[in-house]
Amino acid sequence: MTDLTELGVAAIRDGVAKGDFTAVEVAEAFNANVAAAQEALNAFIVATPEAAIEAAKATDAKRTAGEALGKMGGVPIGMKDLFATVGVQTTAASHILEGFKPEYESTVSQKLWDAGAGMLGKLNLDQFAMGSSNETSYFGNVISPWKRNDGGNAALAPGGSSGGSSAAVSARLCPAATGTDTGGSIRQPAAFTGITGIKPTYGRCSRWGVVAFASSLDQAGPMARDTRDCAIMLEAMAGFDPKDATSLDMAVPEWEANLSADMKGKKVGIPREYRMDGMDEDVAKSWDQGIEWLKDAGAEIVEISLPHTKYALPAYYIIAPAEASSNLARYDGVRYGLRDLPDGANLQDMYAATRAAGFGAEVKRRILIGTYVLSAGFYDAYYTQAQKVRTLISHDFKNAFTECDVILAPTAPSAAFALGENVDDPLKMYLNDVFAVPASLAGLPAMSVPAGLNREGLPLGLQIIGQAFDEQGVLNAGLAIEQRAGFTAKPEKWW
Amino acid sequence: MSVDTATVAKIASLARIKVSEQELEAMVPELNGILAWVEQLGEVDVTGIEPMTAVIPNTLRLRDDVIDADPLTGGNKRDAVLANAPAAEHGFFGVPKVIE
Repeated sequence: MTDLTELGVAAIRDGVAKGDFTAVEVAEAFNANVAAAQEALNAFIVATPEAAIEAAKATDAKRTAGEALGKMGGVPIGMKDLFATVGVQTTAASHILEGFKPEYESTVSQKLWDAGAGMLGKLNLDQFAMGSSNETSYFGNVISPWKRNDGGNAALAPGGSSGGSSAAVSARLCPAATGTDTGGSIRQPAAFTGITGIKPTYGRCSRWGVVAFASSLDQAGPMARDTRDCAIMLEAMAGFDPKDATSLDMAVPEWEANLSADMKGKKVGIPREYRMDGMDEDVAKSWDQGIEWLKDAGAEIVEISLPHTKYALPAYYIIAPAEASSNLARYDGVRYGLRDLPDGANLQDMYAATRAAGFGAEVKRRILIGTYVLSAGFYDAYYTQAQKVRTLISHDFKNAFTECDVILAPTAPSAAFALGENVDDPLKMYLNDVFAVPASLAGLPAMSVPAGLNREGLPLGLQIIGQAFDEQGVLNAGLAIEQRAGFTAKPEKWW
Repeated sequence: MSVDTATVAKIASLARIKVSEQELEAMVPELNGILAWVEQLGEVDVTGIEPMTAVIPNTLRLRDDVIDADPLTGGNKRDAVLANAPAAEHGFFGVPKVIE
């Protein structure tokens, strides 16, 4: 019998529907992989093998009864621990939410369960999704399943913030996982681990029940092994939700059915500002290769300009911390989560002690920056200026899309780095998202597809950025690259 | 603009995060590094540009003005609301004494 954990979303869905294997067999196979890898990779904060089996049994029973199985029928998935799940600890990888068991289910996770998916567990992440290497989790680092080919044994970063998701999918602990992307948190980890991930247009997926980081940027999306699997899962996750004020009231397109790798008549923009001085040689090469692949698929290549690119990252590091400082004000030691009440402390002391004990260093850093840029006297100089620059970045994209249909760029400036390599320098860490952040600031759909391996044997990703609401164009260009890249590399099992 | 120890202490107090003297000393150069880097936004000409309010044009909706429009977020949820409270007492959130 084939190893069921080598199958992706489409193959599992179709195999279960046809009766080649049962959903329970699939869930058991993935449960075993999750348990076997936990100590070495630390991808999950909590495993929920019973939930996976229970959902699988429901799917198998439906099949016996001749009922429809749903878009994700029989597919077990990993759930980033940023989505509220009823009765299952939801922490955002923080100490302050340790032990928090939501009384409600996030809209996105509920939609996935309704579509027939089951939950293998809650995936580790950077604390409150703040980080690019999964080194800020209260529950320990996630270790990438990938190793360099230099014979060394350096533990590598799986990317962040969706580092548990990326590590788990690439190590075959789950066929797909949810991610969230505020400034690259789906795309950069996908690139680091040789998997595919898409952040849809802002508002496609409901934010209800997703622990908030920066509400004007946060957007959920799927992470899976290929483009088709992402299309299937995104269909299940997306859709209007009256409980989210910024949810898009639009029908969910049939992305999977409309997949097409034919790029004839399409124009692909290459932003000249993304070709930065001192760019990693392998990254530059894979970008050139991507251009050739899309030409081969029939696309016309045009050079475009996004003049405010260099200001995207500093604008992001004002806007995101500002929103975070406001969103994270809710953690007060009163309503849920941790409480630290020193002897004789009053209410204000309790707030300060609780938040000091409950937040990690990076979270505190961003709250302080956010508080500072929003404080009286500095608001206009920092926050208003950053929001004006954000408008300019959005205009840049609008102008570019008068000349092209999609934009092709690298996902990240380098392949995965070693754990510990960037932790002492926050600015160096922030630079990881230099190519990812502009699309986030403009709310545009963007995905990362694996393009090949670098000289160290590590995956590199290519990023496709599309116009608002045009996930189809993004997925199609991704598919065209995927078919030509023929990326089949996977980490050699050492765990 | 740069911050000194006193300013960081003030911000931490506004953000309700207790920080030790030692942490303050470490935070000052870190925050100044980040602030010096974001300073470059000042060189962008933003004349006549409106600050971004919504990346994707959308209108704010109003829900029907009825009680329990959504039973999930409607009333009579006291026990669910208090279920995760660190110190729920007599059907309320318990806090240290506020009024002397």
